[in-house]
Amino acid sequence: MPNLNINGHNVSVDAAGDSPLLWAIREQLQMTGTKFGCGAGLCGACTVHLNGEAVRSCQTMVSDAVGKKIVTIEGLSAKGDHPLQKAWIAEQVPQCGYCQSGQIMQAASLLAKNNNPTKEEIVEHMDGNLCRCMTYARIQKAIMRAASEMRTASNVAGDRRHT
Amino acid sequence: MNTHVKITKVESTDLSRRTFLVGTAAAGLVLGYAAVPGLDSALAATAVSGNFDPSVWYTIGHDGIVTVTCGKAEMGQHVSSTMAQLICEELGAKWKDMRIQLASNDPKFNDPVLGAQITGGSWSTLMNFEAMSRAGAAGRMALTEAAAAAMGVPAGELVVRDGVISHGKSKKQMSFAEIVKSGKATKTFTPDELKAIKLKTPDQYTMVGVSVPQLDIPAKTNGTAKYGIDVMLPGMVYGAVVTPPVRYGATVKSVDDSAAKKVPGFIKAVTLDDKTATTTGWVVAVAKTYQDARKAAAALKVAYDGGPNAKLSSQSLFDEAKRLQALDDSGEFFVKNGDPKAALGTAAKVIEAEYTTSINIHCPMEPMTCSAEQKGDIWHVYTGNQFATRTGAIAAGAAGVDPKFVVMHQMYLGGGFGRRLDADMTVPAVQAAKAVGKPVKVIYSRENDMTMDFSRPLTYQKVKAGVDGDGKLIALSHDVVSAWPTARWGIPDFLSPSVDKKGPLDAFTVNGADFFYTVPNHYVRAIKSDMAQNATPSGQLRSVAPGWTFWAVESMIDEIAHAAGKDPAQFRIELLDGKGDNAGGAQRLRNTLLAAMGLAGYGTLTLPKGEGMGVACVSSQERKTASWTACVAHVAVAPSGEVKVKKLTVATDVGTQVNPDGIQAQVSGAALWGLSLALYEKATLKDGGIEQTNFDSYTPLRMSQMPEVAVTVIANGEHATGVGEPAVTVVAPAIGNAVFNAVGARVRSLPITAEAVKAAMKT
Repeated sequence: MPNLNINGHNVSVDAAGDSPLLWAIREQLQMTGTKFGCGAGLCGACTVHLNGEAVRSCQTMVSDAVGKKIVTIEGLSAKGDHPLQKAWIAEQVPQCGYCQSGQIMQAASLLAKNNNPTKEEIVEHMDGNLCRCMTYARIQKAIMRAASEMRTASNVAGDRRHT
Repeated sequence: MNTHVKITKVESTDLSRRTFLVGTAAAGLVLGYAAVPGLDSALAATAVSGNFDPSVWYTIGHDGIVTVTCGKAEMGQHVSSTMAQLICEELGAKWKDMRIQLASNDPKFNDPVLGAQITGGSWSTLMNFEAMSRAGAAGRMALTEAAAAAMGVPAGELVVRDGVISHGKSKKQMSFAEIVKSGKATKTFTPDELKAIKLKTPDQYTMVGVSVPQLDIPAKTNGTAKYGIDVMLPGMVYGAVVTPPVRYGATVKSVDDSAAKKVPGFIKAVTLDDKTATTTGWVVAVAKTYQDARKAAAALKVAYDGGPNAKLSSQSLFDEAKRLQALDDSGEFFVKNGDPKAALGTAAKVIEAEYTTSINIHCPMEPMTCSAEQKGDIWHVYTGNQFATRTGAIAAGAAGVDPKFVVMHQMYLGGGFGRRLDADMTVPAVQAAKAVGKPVKVIYSRENDMTMDFSRPLTYQKVKAGVDGDGKLIALSHDVVSAWPTARWGIPDFLSPSVDKKGPLDAFTVNGADFFYTVPNHYVRAIKSDMAQNATPSGQLRSVAPGWTFWAVESMIDEIAHAAGKDPAQFRIELLDGKGDNAGGAQRLRNTLLAAMGLAGYGTLTLPKGEGMGVACVSSQERKTASWTACVAHVAVAPSGEVKVKKLTVATDVGTQVNPDGIQAQVSGAALWGLSLALYEKATLKDGGIEQTNFDSYTPLRMSQMPEVAVTVIANGEHATGVGEPAVTVVAPAIGNAVFNAVGARVRSLPITAEAVKAAMKT
């Protein structure tokens, strides 16, 4: 049985190495925040992080995730208070909410590298994530809000270092 | 279809004849309408002391937490929050103390007006505003009387605010929690007493009109919100569906499972025997894990008889629609005013045009899914659904039991949009669970979900208009040919009588065509295409009929205005004169149109070459439930014919706003749905099957395609109306009219393609 490191925990999962990581996470490990949308890498609902990179877990085989750090929506922050999660609530982003785990995970991989994205960079990074409720405008606003909070936090940390 | 499911009548429930009960139960205070209409007070008293079983809708715990049970599907419209907000307003609770839970299909949670559990039509707020308000007010009165007795002060001197009841003079106060714990808040309201409760006037509102945070949102940011697909049952196995190449009418000739048997964990291939006729020719591969079920499904070799629809295409449906429209005796009349035929004969100018819309697929982000488990006599069905009353009955039909033996456990819906009014997902889950004797979770692949959608039907509309010598519109004839989504339900109460008494018609194919323009000679004919009905079982796709009727009407009004040499917006304003039956509505629609025009800079901005603005205004969803909505679309059209929408300016008159931020979200989302349907979404039928299978071939709007959307809400103090759908319907004609304004190309077919625009530019 393959061993996976997921949200900081080592777990063994009863799944064939050539089966999609999505179903191992959702149905075997019962971490259902990661969603199934298309099974073809076309919608982004199943987005998780593999060594910090946003990947489509429906297109990632279990064997490809072995030895790597997997992070799902459940592990993005200890208390659901990642700046993006707070911003998602502040901007009242979700409607049906089904795609939003994937949206947040996709956005988190952007902000981890670039905490001051332009609108164009956000659109380019997020365009593979479908939202059938069409909450795109609020997603953009929430990413901007979270980025701003992260910049403020890092400035404060920076100031502390300087003093 | 659905001949084995007999919901002949929805239970009509008249709130004015229902008793309201406030009683103490183990968990705290329980408040709701008596489950049985006409329950007399003696019975009610027994109910309060004994098995207290109110129909709705909330409890107050010993900790003061108010939990509202929502009989509406929560699919992102935040309806559960809205219902809680209405109760909170009159109850005088603190928003932080409000919680929501979803109802089961128990009839006691039925909509008090509709008499069934159904969520659609942008009806919920409109129809439940008063019932929720009265429920809240009754609770406040019961709590206040108990507090007055405990404090020894007159109830009339007490003030209720934020979950605390206080007496100014004596400075005494009690929290809701303390009153509930006292066990003294017990009260029965007769129907007359309930009716006599004086509800707050708008100037007294402290909750209605406030953008309180939606209660379902936090769980949707951390992965904890539970959708149908997230259900886990002990001992559960999985089902993957194998669907035939033909949308409807195929039968399974044979199933060869020899290759599937080599898949580890494979349990059984179950060929559905669907007496509800919801599905045809489906097989479920059941296995220990979902991965294995999918592998086994792929390995099954199923031979089909394609059935009677196996050769049909979109073109066949279109040809048949044209044939039916041309017949004098087709269909039934939805509107018949004056003598349109005669008036068209005397008109100075007659304009006629055909408008079409393609098949469209709901494709909510959560594919259809259902888990089913039999425990003793009871079937437990877990899914997110918009029509629990009918879905429970279909699941019962699939199981071969009476509907009273089915409990539908409501989950969050990963998108509804009308798709989850249908019940097909329960059939494979129930029959697979029955066949293997274990709980089964069925998850459709995206391909199953798209090719087996209860789609928006292909529509064909023929409109003829006559104008007199002064350019005044004197006659309009309007034929609408389509499959009839609501007739498919087989529930007579959802059909409407025709004005020519030819029998019931599906008003959900013609709503909107009974517009608020004053046209002295006007008819609307609803024509059912049996071919389309059989080949493409259709459903209610967000906004339903007004999504196509206003495409025709609002395009045609523009064409008439241009033919009469008038500005299309001014022409509409003249037609919205508010005469006769149009009084009131026409003026509200005119005002929203004027608002949208002003906000968009219509007629004041000078636009570059290739750009244009178009207007449309609608009374969606139904004449009686309209939200008055207008749109100005600003587009840029490239020489290639490609249309880029630069901005959508939407104004909507909703009467009263419960949650303004929620309304903004709904109206913006609806407008973008309208854009997506106008430009990007098209499904086609070939050899009886839907050709589009995933998001590479069926392509809803993505973030990069989103224009600026400016929504302005008019709340003039009239009764609250619904907002989930109307804005869908106004966008396509506004864009079509803008394209004409920009480059002189009239496109009459949805979606609007670059090729069609370019072709129309040449002529």
